Amino acid sequence: MDTFIQQIINGLTLGAVYAMVALGYTMVYGIIQLINFAHGEVVMIGAMVAFSVIGALLGLDSGLPPALIVLLGAAAAIPVCMAVAYAMERVAYRPLRGAPRLAPLITAIGVSIILQQLGMMIWSRNPLAFPQILENRIFHLGGATVSTVQLAIWLVAVSMMGALTLMIHRTRLGIAMRATSQNPQVAGLMGIDVNRVIAATFIIGAALAAIAGVMVGTYYGIAHYTMGSLLGLKAFCAAVLGGIGNLPGAMLGGLILGVVEALGAGYIGDFTGNWFGSNYQDVFAFIVLILVLVFRPSGLLGERVGDRT
Amino acid sequence: MQPLLRASDINKRFGGLQALSNVSFSIAAGQIYGLIGPNGAGKTTLFNVITGMTPADAGTVMLDGRELGQLKPHAIAQAGIARTFQNIRLFANLTALENVMVGRHARTRAGLLQAIMRTSGQRAEEAEIEARAFELLRYVGIEARVNELARNLPYGDQRRLEIARALATEPKLLALDEPAAGMNPTETGELRTLLERIRSDGVTLFLIEHDMRLMMRLCDRVLVLDFGRAIAEGPPREVQQDPAVVAAYLGTPTP
Amino acid sequence: MMKLDLSARLPWIGIVLVALALAVLPFALAGIGTTWVRITNLALLFALLALGLNIVVGFAGLLDLGYIAFYAVGAYVYALLASPQFGLHLPFWAIIPLGALVACIFGVLLGAPTLKLRGDYLAIVTLGFGEIIRIFLNNLSQPVNITNGPQGISRIDSFRLGDFDFGKSEMLFGLNFSGPIKYYYLLLLVLIVIIVVNMRLQHSRIGRAWEAIREDEVAARAMGIDTTRMKLLAFAMGASFGGIAGGIFSSMQGFISPESFVLVESIMVLAMVVLGGMGNIWGVILGALLLSFVPELLRHTIEPLQRSLFGRSIVEPEVVRMLLFGLALVLMMLYRPAGLLPSAVRRRELARKSVEP
Repeated sequence: MDTFIQQIINGLTLGAVYAMVALGYTMVYGIIQLINFAHGEVVMIGAMVAFSVIGALLGLDSGLPPALIVLLGAAAAIPVCMAVAYAMERVAYRPLRGAPRLAPLITAIGVSIILQQLGMMIWSRNPLAFPQILENRIFHLGGATVSTVQLAIWLVAVSMMGALTLMIHRTRLGIAMRATSQNPQVAGLMGIDVNRVIAATFIIGAALAAIAGVMVGTYYGIAHYTMGSLLGLKAFCAAVLGGIGNLPGAMLGGLILGVVEALGAGYIGDFTGNWFGSNYQDVFAFIVLILVLVFRPSGLLGERVGDRT
Repeated sequence: MQPLLRASDINKRFGGLQALSNVSFSIAAGQIYGLIGPNGAGKTTLFNVITGMTPADAGTVMLDGRELGQLKPHAIAQAGIARTFQNIRLFANLTALENVMVGRHARTRAGLLQAIMRTSGQRAEEAEIEARAFELLRYVGIEARVNELARNLPYGDQRRLEIARALATEPKLLALDEPAAGMNPTETGELRTLLERIRSDGVTLFLIEHDMRLMMRLCDRVLVLDFGRAIAEGPPREVQQDPAVVAAYLGTPTP
Repeated sequence: MMKLDLSARLPWIGIVLVALALAVLPFALAGIGTTWVRITNLALLFALLALGLNIVVGFAGLLDLGYIAFYAVGAYVYALLASPQFGLHLPFWAIIPLGALVACIFGVLLGAPTLKLRGDYLAIVTLGFGEIIRIFLNNLSQPVNITNGPQGISRIDSFRLGDFDFGKSEMLFGLNFSGPIKYYYLLLLVLIVIIVVNMRLQHSRIGRAWEAIREDEVAARAMGIDTTRMKLLAFAMGASFGGIAGGIFSSMQGFISPESFVLVESIMVLAMVVLGGMGNIWGVILGALLLSFVPELLRHTIEPLQRSLFGRSIVEPEVVRMLLFGLALVLMMLYRPAGLLPSAVRRRELARKSVEP
């Protein structure tokens, strides 16, 4: 039972990260029906920039409180990621608006590779130890434990998702985004600058990705130039699980996927007589993806049916 | 006599919009049957239901006594209904000839292995497909464009190519969605000749068109849709006089 | 009436010259070093793979990002049935078709649920499938050792026909036919077969249906094409070719490990198809040869150049290779979506333009 609760807690933490990243996929997909394969790389860049800034601040011996240093790291990562996302939208996706569907998907792959290689050239090929400076107090819940880092991740994720929901429903930009996702032509006729809305969508998604990057770095204490690709893939699975194009769906899908992964990794050994172990953890996301596509392609909360070209 | 196509009580709803309510009509073999109505009346939706592109919520469609039910679009094409699209959907990067050759797909058989082995049967079939496709290009009058890419054809020729491609499937019923849209009077006149010729060659026609003069001259019967309901049906002259039709077109609220 | 018209004979003369050049090529390469024969063999193998993927991506317009997984399946089927791993040494002519079949079955299992949906789901599912296969290959060494995990499988049998062993050197017609040279001719033969298959498919009812689906799926359906079935056919066909190429790879290398089947390899094959022009057979081969040889040339030039200039390696050739793939994908899509060689379709269009100004 304690293991069960512990796995749920760990799963929800990872799930919060997936949810943050999944939002970026789902927003972009909702508006231009593009799987932005490079989104995972934005998460990596966020983690890496934060890593550099935090490392530099620690090196300065500034005496700033650790929480502030991490915040500054995130504060630096967010604009960098936004700039990267804006640049890739502008250079690699916008010129292909109206091109056959395959074209932007292929450039997305190309962009993803280029960003990964640049990440490697800047931050080295080796895994980097992400400075773990937050005081990590452990709370006991029966036999399970929750750490302050996990609490912080939940807190940040919940407030970010709340802010995003407010923004989508209450601001002019949010309304323009929803209108564009419904029908770009009509939105354009209504005086909405569709290109700006699309760029804004990329930028907002990138800000969430940057924060997610700092979260993963802090949680696992490690950063690597390839960290974005698998994380991005899983987050995309989460977005499909929740219903692609649907914001609450992405949040729910992320959390569920996190929990499924944690429970799966925790119990697969018991269920298969130790034939399979927790090293199969990464398989669950894809199994979930394929099951969703077979049985409910529109996802848990999605209304769109996937059968349109 | 049994009609070629009989649609009964077709209903289709999109969210809050009742796109089609209880639409029934039948088309006799050899007719040119028109579908008219103001913009947004549900004409294209009805076409999509008949050709299986949009499943109906309720209602039945029978072709030649056979219930089409929930058949997929490709199966309906194989059953004998071919269509064109309001905003022309050709295979843009294939040549005119290849577009029509694709239309022969449903009526030919050669599979993967025959193609790889290039069996004599497959070669004969390929030759037949090509000959038939060329013949159809000539039939609609664009044989000079045979090797041009579909996307480079002038607009009127694209419309003709779409008709040739649809005819290649050997349909019993040819459904044309606004074939005269964007055509000048000369082209429209040529189109009329072509459509009459297609009919006299034994293909029944079902067409949506806004050009009323063309419809009045061409159609044996017309069905008028307004807000998803059939408000009149009959020979064009009679329908033209129908008060409900006049009201629908002039904007007076229907009684 | 037979007149010796040189211009009519010219294509044949060209073909004969190319054939001669291809026939003597391995011996010329062997003169520089056997490494270059091996590099050429890998390039031919990648051309095979790229032609397989071309059916999926180029003809049918389906984005398959896990193509290398089918290659892996073919490679492991061969390795498990012709190596000391299980002590099995079945003949290659039995296992290669089996590998193609197993890869095909995986393709159908994966494609059946996905191909009904929008095209881009296929991209992500195949990407996931590639990862799953790799994870299984890495971990299926416990508790029963099937794949030998990350260490991979070694001492895999080479192709053998009676006494003729593709792995051994022997003197024939006074020439030294080394293992790699034998494989070179074998690969060339398979490549020609696959080129013929590709060409025949392209000009067939099935190939036209694929192209129609690529151009406009809705219109293709309206023409009576069962698009789901046709897409599945293309996908399974591509998977089988991948399986065959994998089996050849296994026997040629004599050693395989999960490291050979990572995502990057899938991307590389895709880049070959895109670079050469999707759907264009000769372009795809050109793309495969370019992306196989250029990185090797870079490895032999950039590395020594940097060492002599700076005394150390600043940009690793591996990074250059990856950037090359990434840039190829982006730039080709932006500026030359039809590929380096204009495709047959484009050629027709260009020809028309030159006739009517």
